[in-house]
Amino acid sequence: MAVPTYASPLERIWHYAYIAICAAIFFFLIAPIVVIIPLSFNAEPYFTFTDKMLSFDPEGYSMRWYDSLLTFGMTAPDGPRDLSWWGDAWANAKWVQAAKNSIIIGIFSTILATVLGTLAALGLSRPEMPFRRAIMAILISPMIVPLIITATGMFFFYSNPCELLTLFGLDPQCGRLAGTYLGVIFAHVTLGIPFVIITVTATLVGFDQSLNRAAASLGASPRRTFFKVTMPLILPGVISGALFAFVTSFDEVVAVLFIAGPDQQTIPRQMWNGIREQISPAILAVATLLVVFSIALLTTVELLRRRSERIRGVTPH
Amino acid sequence: MANAALDPHAAIATTASGAPARLTTADGKPLARALARSQSKARRRAFLLVAPLLAFILITFVVPIGQMLQRSFHNDGFSANMPQVSAWFAETPAGTVPDDAAWAALAADLTASAEARSIGVVGTRINYDMAGTRSLFTSTGRKVRRGIEPPYREALLEIDEEWGDPQLWSVMRSASTAVTSNFYLASVDRTRNEMGEIVQVPENRRIYLTLFWRTFWLSGLITALTFVLGFPIAHLLATLPMRKSNLLMILVLLPFWTSLLVRTTSWMVLLQQQGVINDILVWLGIIGDGQRLQMIYNQTGTIIAMTHILLPFMILPLYSVMRTINPSYVRAARSLGATSWTAFRRVYFPQTLPGLGAGAMLVFILAVGYYITPALVGGSSGQLISNMIAMHMTDTLNWSMAAALAALLLGAVLVLYWLYDRLVGVDNLKLG
Repeated sequence: MAVPTYASPLERIWHYAYIAICAAIFFFLIAPIVVIIPLSFNAEPYFTFTDKMLSFDPEGYSMRWYDSLLTFGMTAPDGPRDLSWWGDAWANAKWVQAAKNSIIIGIFSTILATVLGTLAALGLSRPEMPFRRAIMAILISPMIVPLIITATGMFFFYSNPCELLTLFGLDPQCGRLAGTYLGVIFAHVTLGIPFVIITVTATLVGFDQSLNRAAASLGASPRRTFFKVTMPLILPGVISGALFAFVTSFDEVVAVLFIAGPDQQTIPRQMWNGIREQISPAILAVATLLVVFSIALLTTVELLRRRSERIRGVTPH
Repeated sequence: MANAALDPHAAIATTASGAPARLTTADGKPLARALARSQSKARRRAFLLVAPLLAFILITFVVPIGQMLQRSFHNDGFSANMPQVSAWFAETPAGTVPDDAAWAALAADLTASAEARSIGVVGTRINYDMAGTRSLFTSTGRKVRRGIEPPYREALLEIDEEWGDPQLWSVMRSASTAVTSNFYLASVDRTRNEMGEIVQVPENRRIYLTLFWRTFWLSGLITALTFVLGFPIAHLLATLPMRKSNLLMILVLLPFWTSLLVRTTSWMVLLQQQGVINDILVWLGIIGDGQRLQMIYNQTGTIIAMTHILLPFMILPLYSVMRTINPSYVRAARSLGATSWTAFRRVYFPQTLPGLGAGAMLVFILAVGYYITPALVGGSSGQLISNMIAMHMTDTLNWSMAAALAALLLGAVLVLYWLYDRLVGVDNLKLG
């Protein structure tokens, strides 16, 4: 990105202006995420830097908002911080409940989405697959269809899943899926599927099919071929697909708004409440924790991507 | 001509003579048929791998959306609960003045419906097309349950004058069949008058067309902004050495991986009147303390936050196309005497168009259906069509109206998606 030797003075000026513009855009991308981190340690209930914070006075900073994440919803938040206090926080604190729900729903929907999605991606990347393009378009569509439409459709379906059978002239009654963990998990599987499909098929593009044939010619059963040859090679792609699915579930609020009951409040749902009703810096504390979490995930995905490129022999372009 | 087995499935043997050979497998079956069988087996196997997921998506996603959309043209709230008067409407042409039989049917239906406690549903259905009529039905229902004597016309008019309104009869006629286009008409600000003709609704109630227009206009603007901001970044990343560009790429991917609600919250914090940006502007003396800018809870807030959120979706496809552009073309153009601007405009830029198209379509498709960010930072002037659908779903409970709006939005998105598939191909979609 150096200036070529034949550049005119005007072009040199433009070159530095261009670097400055890019720096400004990077600032626009990253500043909003970084700025909430110091603000979450604000000692005052404001959303801006106080004078004390700007002069780095320790009094301007506090952990009170992180503390409030634990105490909000507890039966006895003011008691001494012994074992029973922590037990109370674990059992009753709203944000702790939300975190538990997010993790449970996230893990189960990720497992389902990854298994179903990987199988489908294996089928889709076979050259013999019939109607490949149309099926791919259908499986990717949950990412494209506006979430509000998806959530609305699911709202009716999950309220009475058996209503579907009326299409066949039956009139059955069965339970609701709305307001249950299973319902929310299914909804998140649907939304996570496109990401698994996209990442795993991308990995399979570089996959050498003759390795499978080599394994078969050496006498390996299809199952053994899959677990000993295919799986280790596509594993990085599968894991990053799974991480995408997990993040999708972990960040999803619209389907939760429409389908979940009071027992399935997730972190984004709780944030939604907090933002809509009375926004307090406690939201910023949650946001900071989530940013740290996404940095960890991003690092994992990047490491996996590089590993995948290395073992598949694809040099980074 | 002993052929080695090329394929474990079909050992190929040809007749030795070299005369018009009919290829057969080792066990004497025609090769073409064996091949077809093996291929169809392979096809079945591939399909079986996809089948579980396809079934799951069809059952929990495609069919439910279809059923939801069915509500946009099918609403039997009136016709199912008012059978007699619906039958009268079916027999008479539009615009017929209600006769004694009609009034009798109406009175009978109202009594039956009030006793079955479904009069509220009937009133709600009529209320969708003619505001303020729900209470007419419920209050009349209460009175007719105590008994109603012929002549029914006079009796009903005595309960409420409004029963004589020709507009009401016209609306009831259009609701007398379960299948209706009224919700679609309403979603483009049209209605039917007493004669059943399609007319525009009064000026003060035209909201949906404006909203559709605003949704598309804001999405277009946001797409343009992501292009303006994304192009230099993608170009920088594509031309830097790999090590540096990987490092800078993290600055693009971090927002991409950060929770949507976190990013929306941080914009609320930054943009509000007592927020960081206004504080800095006041501190710099650019604006006075009394004239703090209103940058959030309006269209500006929606535009800024959505541009930030959707920017990575523009940068990533642009970057992956720019990576493949050979830099020697631009150098060749320069050596042939082109200025740097000409070389960029006529040589470099045209080669980025596939990435630009992919990014722009993806951003536009995602922006058109956005719900969360406008709901949180949009105020009243920054709401999009998705927010109106949500409002009809949760507040007014006019599900047919929500379905009609959803159908129009979905139609637009699917057309764009189809175009995207044709031009870019869904299998070229990349994430980071």
